[in-house]
Amino acid sequence: MASEQTHSGNPKVDIEYRKKKSAEEMRYQIVSFSMMIFLTLVAFIAVGYGDFSAWFIVPFILLLAIVQVVFQLYYFMHMSHKGHEAPALFLYSGLLVGLITILTFMTIIWW
Amino acid sequence: MSTYAQKKGFGATVWDYLTTVDHKKIAILYLIAGGLFFVLGGLEAMFIRIQLAVPNNDFVSAGLYNEILTMHGTTMIFLAAMPLLFAFMNAIMPLQIGARDVAFPFVNALGFWLFFFGGIFLNLSWFLGGAPDAGWTSYASLSMASEGHGIDFYALGLQISGAGTLMGGINFLVTIINMRAPGMTYMRMPLFTWSTFVASALILFAFPPLTVGLFLLIFDRMFGSNFFDVANGGNTVIWEHLFWIFGHPEVYILVLPAFGIFSEIFATFSRKRLFGYSSMVFATVLIGFLGFMVWAHHMFTTGLGPIANAIFAVATMAIAVPTGIKIFNWLFTMWGGSIKFTTPMLYAVAFIPSFVGGGVTGVMLASAAADYQYHDSYFVVAHFHYVIVGGVVFGLLAATHFYWPKMFGTMLNETLGKITFWLFLIGFHLTFFIQHFLGLMGMPRRIFTFLPNQGLDAGNLISTVGAFFMAIATLILLYNIVVTSVKNEKVGNDPWEDGRTLEWAIPSPPPFYNFKQLPLVRGLDPLWIEKMEGKKTMTPAEPLGDIHMPNNSFTPFMISLGLFVAAFGALYREDYHWGVMVLIAGLGITLLSMFVRSVKDDHGFHIHKEDLLNDDDKGGKA
Repeated sequence: MASEQTHSGNPKVDIEYRKKKSAEEMRYQIVSFSMMIFLTLVAFIAVGYGDFSAWFIVPFILLLAIVQVVFQLYYFMHMSHKGHEAPALFLYSGLLVGLITILTFMTIIWW
Repeated sequence: MSTYAQKKGFGATVWDYLTTVDHKKIAILYLIAGGLFFVLGGLEAMFIRIQLAVPNNDFVSAGLYNEILTMHGTTMIFLAAMPLLFAFMNAIMPLQIGARDVAFPFVNALGFWLFFFGGIFLNLSWFLGGAPDAGWTSYASLSMASEGHGIDFYALGLQISGAGTLMGGINFLVTIINMRAPGMTYMRMPLFTWSTFVASALILFAFPPLTVGLFLLIFDRMFGSNFFDVANGGNTVIWEHLFWIFGHPEVYILVLPAFGIFSEIFATFSRKRLFGYSSMVFATVLIGFLGFMVWAHHMFTTGLGPIANAIFAVATMAIAVPTGIKIFNWLFTMWGGSIKFTTPMLYAVAFIPSFVGGGVTGVMLASAAADYQYHDSYFVVAHFHYVIVGGVVFGLLAATHFYWPKMFGTMLNETLGKITFWLFLIGFHLTFFIQHFLGLMGMPRRIFTFLPNQGLDAGNLISTVGAFFMAIATLILLYNIVVTSVKNEKVGNDPWEDGRTLEWAIPSPPPFYNFKQLPLVRGLDPLWIEKMEGKKTMTPAEPLGDIHMPNNSFTPFMISLGLFVAAFGALYREDYHWGVMVLIAGLGITLLSMFVRSVKDDHGFHIHKEDLLNDDDKGGKA
């Protein structure tokens, strides 16, 4: 959103402000991108190292995956920006419904 | 003179409807197709009641009875009630928020054609070796043992029509979020729009579990997998869960729009604003939310264990709270109002005690311990017919009378409408009230006959008599529709004279671009606000300008036709060597149509300002 329409011809658009915003946005993207590569490496190491038990590795990798999804949504798909309230609401509602389903299946079908 | 309003021949009209992307015409398509399936489902209901009229009856055989009851339920829920609601959502919701169409007109058409071909496919089973016979719930332990292709028709047909419904739901969501007129904030939206919004969100979350369940069933039955095959480590209870995770929200998908319709009717004919608007919105959202926490109350006797049963019982009872809020708000809307008992208002008033009846038995069924007595008895049949007929069908009939002038420009005859109402109301209570007691006396549901002198004879006969009342009422409604269409007496913008919301500010039926200029919304019930200040029309929110419109397209029909053909291929793949070829050819038609849609640029067209200026007699002013 911030990087669009720099040449809109609208006099209200402050080019300096836009540039600063874009630079800031770029920095976040690079930081989160390198974090994501780092987390992926950590996940591979956790499995490849061989000494950890599955009871540690599985929850650990799932945790890393959640962090990755948050990075993806908030930094690459701009959910941190204004105007994404409706998609966020529906994503979280869907997540809630899905988690309740999984919880029920884990507890009363495969108990 | 406008160049748009030309008389068209019959062929041109058919082609227009086959290719249309206009939400008002798609609404009419949904109304016709849904009405057709409603009559089919009604016929099946009559066969059920005739068979059960007297003990030891042999009107139909046991096997055929199973097919009829399965198709009655499946048709009524998926192919009649939902499409008829979609008809009114399509026709009215964009007008209520001041939009010129839905967000994705092409997808709207695609959704309709998928539903239509899915429904036709399912009903062709009657002619191709027998209909599905495992109940509308199609529990896997039954459906896996069912011989012939009936269940395959069920799974493939619902998969296709379900995809259409899902598209429709997403389309309505995007429309309501993005296309509201200037000033139309969320808390100024009419209740029918709100309930469309919540019902669409429920569709978005509830249909994927059904899709998954149906795919597992398709794979098991047609492609040799073992998801539900207990001998190979499968588990049939998974189907029950997946089905009810969809099936319970489905009840609210049906009833919430009906609540919305009644909210509009109560406010209009009490000539008061809706009592407790914000609590109505809150209750609608809360019912939608809780609707996902309660599905296992359909499975109390499956053996989930006392803790699971208790949790789902309490969650279910909680839904009575927001529903009660709504009932009281409707009563308080009428309180002190200047009430006009038109046909829609009669339905609305009769809906309150009828639906509360269904709600009370719902709370009874929700207490898990008592449910062991009621389960699979006619008590349950009585309960859900009170909810679905007393809530949804009353809502649909009310909406037919209420919105008919807006959709077709003519008023249905009020006298005939009132006759329909009284016959239907009496018939409905006659049919289903006695079934509570039949159930309590031990009559199981889904049985094809019963023995004499067990205390069930009189009750079943009364129930059948009631069904004939409802059938006659429906015939009078159809007669009313024919007479009204033949007379063709056109009405103005606001034929009920007390319209409160935006749809009554534009001509009936609206011009194809709906609003010449988008209206400025200054509060809840925007037209009423303008009327109170002595104005007859809305204040425009924009200068008159070119309007961008989408082109008609035949592609939605072709995409759906391809899947219809492919379904036959999947069905007959193991019987005939040509099955695989048909499957591939059908998918080919679909993919090719999608490819054409993707590469062909279609920018639509503009209605120019000059044409709109000359179009004064057609109104359409904001």
